[in-house]
Amino acid sequence: MTTGLLDIESLHREDIETILTRSKDFQPAPGQTFKRFDILRGRTIVNLFFEASTRTRTSFEIAAKRLGADVISITASASSVSKGESLVDTLNTLGAMRPDAIVMRHSASGAPHFLSRYLPVPIVNAGDGTHEHPTQALLDALTIRDRRGKLEGLRVAIIGDIAHSRVARSNIFLLSKFGVHIVLCGPASLLPPQMGKIAPGVELTWEMEEAIRDVDVIMMLRVQLERQHEAPIGANEYFQFYGLRPEHIQLAKPDVIVMHPGPINRGREISSEVADSQRSAILNQVENGIAVRMAVLERVLIQ
Amino acid sequence: MSKLVIRNGRVIDPAQDLDRFCDVAIKDGIVREIGSEISSVGSEEFDASGLIVAPGFVDMHVHLREPGFEHAETIETGSRAAAAGGFTSICCMPNTQPVNDNATVTSYIRDRARRFAIVNVYPIGAITKNSSGEELSAIASMKQAGIVAISDDGRPVMNARLVRRAMEFARVLDLPLIEHCEDLHLSAGGDMHEGVTSTRLGLRGIPGCSEDVMVARDILLAEVTECRYHVAHISSRNSVEMVAFAKKRGVRVTAEATPHHFALSDCDVPPYDSNYKMKPPIRERSDMDAVTEGLANGAIDAIATDHAPHPGAEKMQEFERCPFGIIGLETAIGLALERLYHPGRVSLSNLIRLFTLNPAGIVSLDRGTLRPGAPADVTIFGLDHDWTYDVTNSPSKSRNTPFHGHEFRGGPVATIVAGQIVWRLNN
Repeated sequence: MTTGLLDIESLHREDIETILTRSKDFQPAPGQTFKRFDILRGRTIVNLFFEASTRTRTSFEIAAKRLGADVISITASASSVSKGESLVDTLNTLGAMRPDAIVMRHSASGAPHFLSRYLPVPIVNAGDGTHEHPTQALLDALTIRDRRGKLEGLRVAIIGDIAHSRVARSNIFLLSKFGVHIVLCGPASLLPPQMGKIAPGVELTWEMEEAIRDVDVIMMLRVQLERQHEAPIGANEYFQFYGLRPEHIQLAKPDVIVMHPGPINRGREISSEVADSQRSAILNQVENGIAVRMAVLERVLIQ
Repeated sequence: MSKLVIRNGRVIDPAQDLDRFCDVAIKDGIVREIGSEISSVGSEEFDASGLIVAPGFVDMHVHLREPGFEHAETIETGSRAAAAGGFTSICCMPNTQPVNDNATVTSYIRDRARRFAIVNVYPIGAITKNSSGEELSAIASMKQAGIVAISDDGRPVMNARLVRRAMEFARVLDLPLIEHCEDLHLSAGGDMHEGVTSTRLGLRGIPGCSEDVMVARDILLAEVTECRYHVAHISSRNSVEMVAFAKKRGVRVTAEATPHHFALSDCDVPPYDSNYKMKPPIRERSDMDAVTEGLANGAIDAIATDHAPHPGAEKMQEFERCPFGIIGLETAIGLALERLYHPGRVSLSNLIRLFTLNPAGIVSLDRGTLRPGAPADVTIFGLDHDWTYDVTNSPSKSRNTPFHGHEFRGGPVATIVAGQIVWRLNN
């Protein structure tokens, strides 16, 4: 059976280990360019994005091409929906063209899970609503391992709009499986108490300083401007209370790394000084995204 | 005219405090006699050996979708599903197209029911015009046309002043006001119960408090107006406790619970399966337990299904786009036996009361009992036969149920309306 990759929560730690280990093979050596492989030659992958995305779509596209696959990227936005076609029909139509996998992003949580019940084609979730973004968590884990050597026993702060973040959920599920101590931090309305119960080892705080003290990794989340009405904090005030600035870095471990799934809003959730500092791993994340997605596509297509 | 004798069943009628093995004689649509070895000369006979013979079950909360949404259900198909579930009387909510907010629509529904329904159908009228929550509907003339209650089910009246006015009218007309309790501001955008599961799945939550604040508000208004107030599909622990408290204070409040709210908790929801999407949502374990306790201790008065048909295409979408509601008429008795009777939580007599005497009393029907002289509506069911629910055989037009393939122990065997057998198992 072809299962695709729908979420991190249902993966076993060993599956994640396998993907991360394989990703290392796809990372270029320092100073070198990416190699091309033939692993997926003759295979067709459809990138189907119902939500705007530049980096994730490009990253998947490059990953597929570096494995030798043929890629078709479709930005569906709401076009088929506006013509009255249901999601199942859209996907069935594409499925009838027999692609080997569909990489899909959709604004509805669970859309890929729902489709996987009806479609014989494996689906790779490239972000579903406010649920999960599994390849983001995998590339984050790879980045942390590269910079810190391991995941076990680390202390990781995730800061921002946790409630609506698929990046946060995938990271929580993944890091928790590796025994990471996770500290979540954000404005009260964007950090519901239930968040502390979705996986073991999760702690909540509403104070930035407390969240950052002695952490090994700081993950900042993008401020979703469309969610601002949920919090009684304006955009400028947000930076004052939950924006990451150089003085915060002093509170963390000396070798702390700062991560961000991008795109970053400078001066909103992160200051330029921090984003561009030695501590920032943001561009490593982008680079690792390709290696991780290569490993995921290989795993999904070559059983 | 037609005569029917139901032989050798265990006849249970809470209204008469009756529970014994005997016969029930029916003539011309009326219960004539309950006794032993009644002569059946010239009568049709029904052998009810090993079965329970109860007053016809009343479901005071269904959606029949006619007029307006006949692709989802009609009065005829809904009534057939009711009969297959052991219900002899059903009350249909007014959220049709047009909304049942005036006597013309009420009369239309009654007329269609007379011609096509195989069980008794009682319309419920809208509280406000078009159920839009702005202006009271024609309650008194609808009452003349035959409504048994008022409700804006599915579209709760957010304006407390308007609810108060409606309660004042309902009090004078002796109609119960039935509220779908949901503060729409608190529940806005929600798709399932707000809890750890919704947080895990990244789905927006419908918090328990969105139900509780409305129950609290309405109880206070019912106390002021002395209206008969009924909480539809109660689902949260706090709401059950508030209803129990209000009853102690003498407020005229009653409540119903659906089988899915005492049979399922949010941990049972398969991720993003729209057959588990309804309002109020399936809540947490402790809420489910509170509903069960409420049914056992009398805080909750009735079991009602909130049978809400939606055609397949509407339920086969992204979870957040799917409409709310599941069908429930055919699985209600089976679930009640499984969750309430077999585990010993509710006695058989009290279980029957929850399906008959109590709901009939709330909507003032002259039914819900087998007293001689009463309309001969009878529900015959078994306690122990194994059966599996196959929704593909349902007489309903819709298939949206989480209980397809569910294995039951005990369920309906025959349904008799006005002395006529309208449904029989395997027939």
